[in-house]
Amino acid sequence: MSTASQQTKPLLELKGLEKRFDLDKGFLETVKLRGGRLTRERRSVHAVNNVSLNVDRGEALCIVGESGCGKSTVARLVAGLLSPTGGEIHYDGDRIDDRSRAAMMPLRKKMQMIFQNPYASLNPRMTIQQALEEPVRHHNPQMNRGEVRDKVAEVMRSVGVDPSWSSRYPHEFSGGQRQRIAIARALTVDPEFIIADEPISALDVSIQAQVLNLMLEAKDERGLTYFFITHDLSVVEHFGTRVAVLYLGTLCELADTRTLFENPKHPYTKALLSAVPKLKDEGPSHIRLQGEIPTPINLPQGCPFQTRCAFANARCRESRPRPLLQTDGSTVACHAVEEGRLDG
Amino acid sequence: MSSLSTNQPTPSRFSRLWNSNMGYSFRRNPVAIVSLAIFLIIAIASTLAPVLAPFDPYDPAQIDIMNSEYPPMWVDGADPQFFLGTDDQGRDLWSTILYGTRLSLLIGLCAVALQAFLGISIGLVAGYVGGRIDSLLMRLADIQLSFSTLMVAIIFLAVTQAMFGSETFNQYAIYFLIAVIGVAEWPQYARTVRATVLAEKKKEYIDSARVLGFGPIRIMVRHILPNSLSPIFVISTVQVANAIISEASLSFLGLGMPPSQPSLGSLISSGFDYIFSGSWWITAIPGVVLVVLVLVINLLGDWMRDVLNPKLYKG
Repeated sequence: MSTASQQTKPLLELKGLEKRFDLDKGFLETVKLRGGRLTRERRSVHAVNNVSLNVDRGEALCIVGESGCGKSTVARLVAGLLSPTGGEIHYDGDRIDDRSRAAMMPLRKKMQMIFQNPYASLNPRMTIQQALEEPVRHHNPQMNRGEVRDKVAEVMRSVGVDPSWSSRYPHEFSGGQRQRIAIARALTVDPEFIIADEPISALDVSIQAQVLNLMLEAKDERGLTYFFITHDLSVVEHFGTRVAVLYLGTLCELADTRTLFENPKHPYTKALLSAVPKLKDEGPSHIRLQGEIPTPINLPQGCPFQTRCAFANARCRESRPRPLLQTDGSTVACHAVEEGRLDG
Repeated sequence: MSSLSTNQPTPSRFSRLWNSNMGYSFRRNPVAIVSLAIFLIIAIASTLAPVLAPFDPYDPAQIDIMNSEYPPMWVDGADPQFFLGTDDQGRDLWSTILYGTRLSLLIGLCAVALQAFLGISIGLVAGYVGGRIDSLLMRLADIQLSFSTLMVAIIFLAVTQAMFGSETFNQYAIYFLIAVIGVAEWPQYARTVRATVLAEKKKEYIDSARVLGFGPIRIMVRHILPNSLSPIFVISTVQVANAIISEASLSFLGLGMPPSQPSLGSLISSGFDYIFSGSWWITAIPGVVLVVLVLVINLLGDWMRDVLNPKLYKG
């Protein structure tokens, strides 16, 4: 996918990314009565734990996982909407997570985000024209009015929205059209990298395919790189070049799409894939996970998946597995895979 | 996509407003229509006071003390020159009420503009920035709210009156009134605006504006503020009525507009001394005007709150 000259340097690099959200903010909230004694304790939600991955130019990396596993948090960290508690984010070789808003400005033209809910992601008091013109003006102050209007019209046409609708307000459009407009807004600044946070999960199934195809077209035409958050595995198969599976904010498996679907290694990935509905029922292959996801406030010791894993042993309960490179190029964080305890 | 788009000429601002939800509910609500009509009559008549009024109450040359305390037209002993009678100084009451209403409205609107400016900016900053700044500003608002407006105003105006002497005070009374009423009531705005900002800030269009690299001021003014306007409209109407009442109360207490430039409040107060000597009209007529003015503004505000807040169902 990526060109040879740029193969060496990944476009986006996450190094040991961590994000915790404090639950007890003020001093008084940290004081607790435990067993008749006043103690201070500070609880926090461990949303993202030590996630490291690379995104190469021109690829579409999909992040999948259950709800609450930190997918969206990763997206917001990369977009700079949240600042990480630990770890580093590098874009095109430069560290970006500690930059000020002014220092981020040049990056805003390169990196854009598409949001989940098209009913909330457009300002209801702005016409489409205003909403699309604003970023163009903001990032290209030297453009005159005609150039701005041409740019907006070009982008609108490229996402399949008639430019003559531009004086309308978002509430006059359907969800699919709004998502197209949201994509158009991201494309107005000619980005090279797009973070898509479940961009189709709020849409009808019939519209989902249209929007996905639109995003694929934009990828081919503009040479975009996608960081695609989703919980829909059939979308991943269609869209992604590589897949990262998250569980409780921890990376379980990272592999090429085909490798992952043909030969999933991590027990969680296997369970996840077996839950995808198939046309042909191949018997009792469905893996049922026991129990619930543990709360991210008190992470289980050792492997985060050990509470629900059928292959967990004493080692899994004690030490956290590290992501290890497998022979087929995938990265898996699992003691059982490392030891070959899983047959297959 | 399809060529379904019909490119009608964009409707004018007025017809858009008339055909909107608000316009529809307005046309269906007789109370709102009557209130707006009365308000507009009062507002236009008082704005055109120099044209409509037969006398200029600010011009001592036109005032003759011998004309004082003529009753209104429909009472025995009236002078046909003076439609609503005259006050204790011989000023035509009709002209004085027109000029006084103009002053009251002006003070009310300017004070609310000041309140709105202070409250909206503080509320936006507190809601958007959050954290310590938010706590600090909101505690300031709490402190401000724990003093009643009238108490603050009375103390402030009494002190300034004593400091500058009544001559200077009377000259600048209108500015003092606007300032004190404006400053005393900003927390109403700040709290409402902060609450809506907190709700709007979580929405994805704000995130997308941040990802697009817009600065905080641009996001606050261009994106959050237009979406917080409906509660601002509602409190503005109520606050105009409140400000007019505050002004009238202060003037009634002798801390507002001087008798030489009477607002409705000082007119009521100046007639109060004569109410038991039979000249009831000096107090009663401006009093009725004040009550009607405040009532229609409140009714309009009430209607607006019902329209702009669909969650509030009034059966």
